[in-house]
Amino acid sequence: MTRSPDVVIIGAGMVGASCAYAAARAGLNVAVIDRSGVVSGTTGAGEGNILVSDKEPGPELDLAVWSNSIWRDWGDQIGAGPIELEPKGGLVVASQPDGMAALTSLAAAQQAEGIVTEAVSPEALPDLEPRLATGLAGGVFYPQDMQVQPMLAAARLLRAACDKGARILANTELTGLTTADGRLAEVRTTSGPLTARHVINAAGTWGGEVSARMGTPVPVLPRRGFILVTEPLPERFIRHKVYTADYVANVASSDEGLETSTVIESTRSGTVLIGASRERVGFDRALSVPVIRALASGAASVFPVLEKVKVLRVYRGFRPYCPDHLPVIGLDPRIDGVWHACGHEGAGIGLAPATGAMIASLITGGTSPVDPRPFSPERFVS
Amino acid sequence: MSQFTFDGAPVAFEDGQTVGAALTRAGIRSWRMTRVAGRPRGLFCGIGICFDCLITVDGEPNVRACVRQAAEGMSVTTQHGTGWS
Repeated sequence: MTRSPDVVIIGAGMVGASCAYAAARAGLNVAVIDRSGVVSGTTGAGEGNILVSDKEPGPELDLAVWSNSIWRDWGDQIGAGPIELEPKGGLVVASQPDGMAALTSLAAAQQAEGIVTEAVSPEALPDLEPRLATGLAGGVFYPQDMQVQPMLAAARLLRAACDKGARILANTELTGLTTADGRLAEVRTTSGPLTARHVINAAGTWGGEVSARMGTPVPVLPRRGFILVTEPLPERFIRHKVYTADYVANVASSDEGLETSTVIESTRSGTVLIGASRERVGFDRALSVPVIRALASGAASVFPVLEKVKVLRVYRGFRPYCPDHLPVIGLDPRIDGVWHACGHEGAGIGLAPATGAMIASLITGGTSPVDPRPFSPERFVS
Repeated sequence: MSQFTFDGAPVAFEDGQTVGAALTRAGIRSWRMTRVAGRPRGLFCGIGICFDCLITVDGEPNVRACVRQAAEGMSVTTQHGTGWS
């Protein structure tokens, strides 16, 4: 008979994998359940952004800085090469002077928080990124920004957690919780009940649904994003993660309609990924030609050479967001033992390690170097 | 019958035939070397989905041989790696 887990994690994506790895390293007995398989949801349809550059000063930036340092440690522990963890740096470019002014003031505020920023004049842009369009107003380089292959990273972290005793139960869906005296007693699943002291909702875009089934609803909603994948190009065709200054405004926006900004990066296999769109259309998976056209023309305006490059395929995913654009991380006040770790929107890959480390630390009676209170589910409980 | 060239040698084709079909009929089964291991590739799905049959046509790399119609006088060449220099 297997030992009852201390912690059951719902979701085998990047956040679930990070929670599993951090908890297993903290000595906890971990079981991860997923209604499908490893990285079959939010993570498998995302990019691989580990960014500090796109966040304004505040709790999310603090979390991103901590998470960035954990990513580097975890890369050393499980191998940065196999997960394509690349500390390539991010370059944000502005096409117009007013965009450059906004970018410069954001960079100054970030620098005051300890972020490394380097202003790049229009003349110096080609040295950093030779294929960039001419005539741009300038840019800011963020050497801390990184990229990772999220599916490989989540799978490797889960394997490392399993090496420390964690178990993965695939094709296992949460159906509800059994409580006793206001405390978690059992996690009910389609594979039977699991007795556990803690359950972590790391269900990504489906975190809202999972939270409702647990009897502790938190608002997590889907925002659809498309990504284009080009034909393989030579290595380092695009050297950094390059995006336009309007990405920051779009990330923070609450508009209902379509927003696109240009985010471009080369991957290890040579393909170039082109994002990023954001639309609130529920879980509608329909292909949208206008979105794809907007992404392609945006990319070609930043890197004119891409006009001659073919797009092999398009994929889409649903980014999980909370109404106030902060992830929901922490202990639910309604049922003791219920934790949430979702709602990271487009930043889940970057913020996952800090999310896992924070929860593992709080479960084991430790402290978090970043104040956990702004992320607490309590803000959704009246 | 019309002709194009593959690595300099003439290949005959019928009107409406794709580059991949004409090459296959001429007994040529591979026309791309993969970018990492340098292994030969030719038609796989044959219907434009898999991007395995990539070839260089008149200097344009990554053309799908299975969907590009052959044309008189085309210069078709083996593609090595990404086809980009």
